[in-house]
Amino acid sequence: MANKVIYAVYDDPEQLKDGARKLVSAGVKVKDVFSPFPVHGIDPIIGITRTRLGIVSFMFGITGTALAVLGIWYFNIFDWPMNIGGKPSFHYYQNVPAFIPVTFEFTVLCAAHGMAITYLIRNKTLPGMPARNPDPRSTNDKFIIEVRTADNHGHSAEAIAELLRQSPVTEINERQC
Amino acid sequence: MHAEAAIREPLILGHKTYHDITEDIVRPIENKAPRGWYILMTIASLIAAYGTGCILYLISKGIGTWGLNKTVDWAWDITNFVWWVGIGHAGTLISAVLLLFRQKWRMAINRSAEAMTIFAVIMAATFPGIHMGRIWMAYWVLPLPNQFGSLWVNFNSPLLWDVFAISTYFSVSLVFWYIGLIPDFATIRDKVTKPMMKKVYGILSFGWTGNAKAWTRFEEVSLVLAGIATPLVFSVHSVVSFDFATSIVPGWHTTIFPPYFVSGAVFSGFAMVQTLLLVMRKVMHLEAYITKKHIEYMNIVIIVTGSIVGVAYITELFISWYSGVEYESYAFINRATGPYWWAYWSMMTCNVISPQLFWFKKLRTHLGFTFFMSIIVNIGMWFERFVIIVTSLHRDYLPSAWTMFHPTWVDVGVFLGTIGIFFTLYLLFARYFPVLALNEVKSILKVSGESYKQEAAKHHHH
Repeated sequence: MANKVIYAVYDDPEQLKDGARKLVSAGVKVKDVFSPFPVHGIDPIIGITRTRLGIVSFMFGITGTALAVLGIWYFNIFDWPMNIGGKPSFHYYQNVPAFIPVTFEFTVLCAAHGMAITYLIRNKTLPGMPARNPDPRSTNDKFIIEVRTADNHGHSAEAIAELLRQSPVTEINERQC
Repeated sequence: MHAEAAIREPLILGHKTYHDITEDIVRPIENKAPRGWYILMTIASLIAAYGTGCILYLISKGIGTWGLNKTVDWAWDITNFVWWVGIGHAGTLISAVLLLFRQKWRMAINRSAEAMTIFAVIMAATFPGIHMGRIWMAYWVLPLPNQFGSLWVNFNSPLLWDVFAISTYFSVSLVFWYIGLIPDFATIRDKVTKPMMKKVYGILSFGWTGNAKAWTRFEEVSLVLAGIATPLVFSVHSVVSFDFATSIVPGWHTTIFPPYFVSGAVFSGFAMVQTLLLVMRKVMHLEAYITKKHIEYMNIVIIVTGSIVGVAYITELFISWYSGVEYESYAFINRATGPYWWAYWSMMTCNVISPQLFWFKKLRTHLGFTFFMSIIVNIGMWFERFVIIVTSLHRDYLPSAWTMFHPTWVDVGVFLGTIGIFFTLYLLFARYFPVLALNEVKSILKVSGESYKQEAAKHHHH
């Protein structure tokens, strides 16, 4: 039997969650959900774990702080201490208050851009990538559940469609894959 | 689904569906631009072209073409720089600070306010660039290895802090804005039919799919970027104020500058948002999304920040007397009663007195009055920077060096030019970009939409 992809189309995020809950409680694995805006509360239903991008941002930020401290120390303390009105400039700790603004800005710069680039790569959203949403209406007003029969050997396509019809689904589309 | 209290005013008027929101925002992009757009665009781009000419003239001749003299060696250039950076602050405040406070009304205005931020910061960055005189040496502000021996930039200098603050602020704002735009570009990509548009918006949307994990990441990135953009925006105008506060010029050497500059920035930025949005909501028929309530909320921010600015002016005045430093006292007496009294009192009237009129509900919900006030506030905020900069410099310690500042046509042309370039960029944005954050507005439709709220209230009573 050829594997099939089933797309269940909903008009409302709450109805979509209802459908997803029905599928999951019957033991059907939901492949993905496509929506025009974030559907809050869908992640635990279909088993999506929390993203670690926050940690990524922290790591980039702390790297930025370290680079800024090291760089400023090298430029203005080690390589060429500048005499500004006779103020102490031969040790980093004596001069550090004046270095805080740049250290802070560089931390933010690295945290923000590091996270943004990681986000784009992880989402596979980069310039020139083709659109990969199954239905163009999913960026407008439709909420779509994707189920693959290949992931659900215990359930036939008909049985899955039957489960979906118990929720307020508007269309069920099947595709060979 | 979470419900909202019935006494909260709806943020989306009338009955809209998700599809209506897409239609309302994408239609102006697909259709031909209205005649008004072409008229505004012609005016803006002519001024922009004149300004660009003035900038090129300035670069080829040198900054001697400005009205600067030995005593007033910093005037309109830095005034305009601070003014533009300040205007930029409202966009970040709306999209980052209001996100952290979970203010849903931000969703209708954050996109255009952030576009304003980006264009305003570009205009601001022009001034230190052309002010260098030899703009082709601009890369000297970066700590690059070089052939001059151990010659590094000075990390003790507030002007260098500015370089880092402004470039970080600009690039982070741009990224924050673009990440929010990606899903909306995907909506346009999937909606338009003309092949050329489909292709362009396809490239701009980076292949966005809108699957569950992508949205989880999207929300995390928005939250974290908002969290780091908030201290960033406060740091930027604080650093701008350090350009003055860390010097020992009477009238500049004050510790109140960072908070005073930040609130002034938010004040002028919100005024500029009002100027732009009041026109845009009318021309693009966005009255259902940018409601009177949104305008009122922004006017409330204007009263609060305007009052903070007023308190700062008066504190500054008091401290100049209380410090017992003659030179400080003179700097302030001279501001209010010296030859630049008219600039000082324009600033006081525009920034401190006139925004207090917004305490009247009738006035702060009146669109025409709000538009008028938004212009007044921005004139006042330009004068604030002019007063701080020029009146503190023009009478220094040596009376024989006392003088006045007279702008030349190049000063005026460059300033007008930046206004022209700013509006040209903004008009291009309004024509080709989704002017509302589609994905965010859709997410509050069923909670804060008028018809849905009425429906919920009906169910509640039964």
